Amino acid sequence: MRNSKNKLALFGALMVGGLTLMAIFAPLIAPFNPSDIDIEDALLSPSRAHIFGTDHLGRDLFSRIIFGARISLSIGFVAVGISVLIGLVIGSVAGYYGKSIDTILMRFVDIMLCFPSFFLILAVVAVLEPNIINIMIVIGITSWMGVARLIRAEILSLKEREFILASKAIGASDLRIIVRHLIPNAIAPVLVSAVLGVAAAVLLEASLSFLGLGVQPPTPSWGNILMEGKASLGVCWWLMFFPGFFILITVLGYNLLGEGLREYFNPKKKI
Amino acid sequence: MKKYIIKRLISIIPMLLGISIISFGVIHLAPGSPVDSTTTLNPKVSFEAREKLIIQYGLDKPLHVQYLNWLRKLVTFDFGRSYSDGQKVINKIAVCIPITFLINILSISFMLLIAIPIGVTSAVKEGSFYDRFMTVFVFVGFAVPGFWLALMLMSFFGITLGWLPVQGITSLNFDNLSVCNKFFDIGKHLILPVFVSSIGSLAAMSRYMRSSMLEVLHKDYIKTARAKGLSESKVVYKHALKNAILPIITILGLSVPGLIGGSVIIESIFGIPGMGRLFFESVMGRDYPVIMAILVIGALLTLLGNILADISYSLADPRIRYEK
Repeated sequence: MRNSKNKLALFGALMVGGLTLMAIFAPLIAPFNPSDIDIEDALLSPSRAHIFGTDHLGRDLFSRIIFGARISLSIGFVAVGISVLIGLVIGSVAGYYGKSIDTILMRFVDIMLCFPSFFLILAVVAVLEPNIINIMIVIGITSWMGVARLIRAEILSLKEREFILASKAIGASDLRIIVRHLIPNAIAPVLVSAVLGVAAAVLLEASLSFLGLGVQPPTPSWGNILMEGKASLGVCWWLMFFPGFFILITVLGYNLLGEGLREYFNPKKKI
Repeated sequence: MKKYIIKRLISIIPMLLGISIISFGVIHLAPGSPVDSTTTLNPKVSFEAREKLIIQYGLDKPLHVQYLNWLRKLVTFDFGRSYSDGQKVINKIAVCIPITFLINILSISFMLLIAIPIGVTSAVKEGSFYDRFMTVFVFVGFAVPGFWLALMLMSFFGITLGWLPVQGITSLNFDNLSVCNKFFDIGKHLILPVFVSSIGSLAAMSRYMRSSMLEVLHKDYIKTARAKGLSESKVVYKHALKNAILPIITILGLSVPGLIGGSVIIESIFGIPGMGRLFFESVMGRDYPVIMAILVIGALLTLLGNILADISYSLADPRIRYEK
């Protein structure tokens, strides 16, 4: 922990850890059931009983945000899991086999990168049904290109090394070489991009739910709590402030952690 | 140089073909059909009328025939007619594009105007309190959800203080205003959208600027410039800045898809009739021709942005030659 950068990374790790614990232990932390409707208590401003206030149906906002963390964070994790998986397969196949397979796959990556990705995501979500599983899949299949490029570049340089030649010489199969020898040695930059990817996916989910094309109410996610709060814009500030604030600290936490990891793995390259 | 540009422009064609095939497949393979919203949900429409609509739109043909038909028309820049109101797609888009362009150009200029000085000054004062403060500021700026910031600013400046309008790009009495007031009216409507859409890239860009500047400041020719006895400001602003700004050009080119995509949210929130909102509405209404057109145009803009970035990079840096 020598300089301020490390402190920032530690701070990020603490935020990420805290939010994850909050999501896991949501039922223990939340003071109310997040879907308990109580019209008489609708639109209360923050007080001791409801520390973040209540929404238009009288549901406790604090509890909804805590349970929303489960949805928003799990979408972030699973979406990134899908994108890393696709990226690993495409990137390592392209890097390992090279030649025309490499050319075709990398052209495909170029094409995918040319889409204004939010347009593509919107189009896919709209034609599919907007639900949690589809959101995870859609974010995953539109964000794997960075991982594919990273892993391909690493493998291109690794595959000429002696330990790979050695395992080829003793007759290891291609699959074994890729999975056991190449990927583990190339995983560091992928890990960094995965951590940063969680931040991006949480933000994407929130944007989609905010437009009504993401997680559908009454299931709480940070994005759709914000969407519902939009109706009382300028009247009930807490309905928009708190969910947005949680998105902010989540994205901030993952970004700080990701940058810290990047520096740890590759101290020379600073961003 | 000319050869290179031509080669790059030609390379757009296969890319666009790939993009259009993927978009077409994604949109058309999905369950449900665009005529559903006007037929199945409306009990007055008979089965025959539904069939007629499907034939009229050519949706009864196999997918590859539909695609080739679409492609054949595209060559003459005919994107077909919108399913929702029968207008020519190209006309609908022509109305929207200038608005989206205006907002994006303004926000890029605003972003560069702020980000470059922040990046340069924090690199020069590396490790100072100012630099550390800016680092935190940049990380927070990067993490702020744009739509949330938009709503918070809208409710504060628009509703609580009542200083700025919150919807659209013109006031209701726009037609009665003088030319000068029209200009101010649009300007007032654009302040919040432009600010919000530039804040994320502002943070990223100032970060890139800082690291690029730091790298240059440690180069030998900067030491030489200092050794010659040049003033610090001349070293920083003349020798270092010129070189440090080069990578920024590339990043600017790469930021085009993000800007175009981001316009969906900004335009929906502020009720601006631009490309993003048109796309959102078409997606909701399954207006295939409009969706396809905007996806292809968006991708074309992205490709052109990349080429433009490479070309300006080579113009700015004589060491880079793209001949052959």
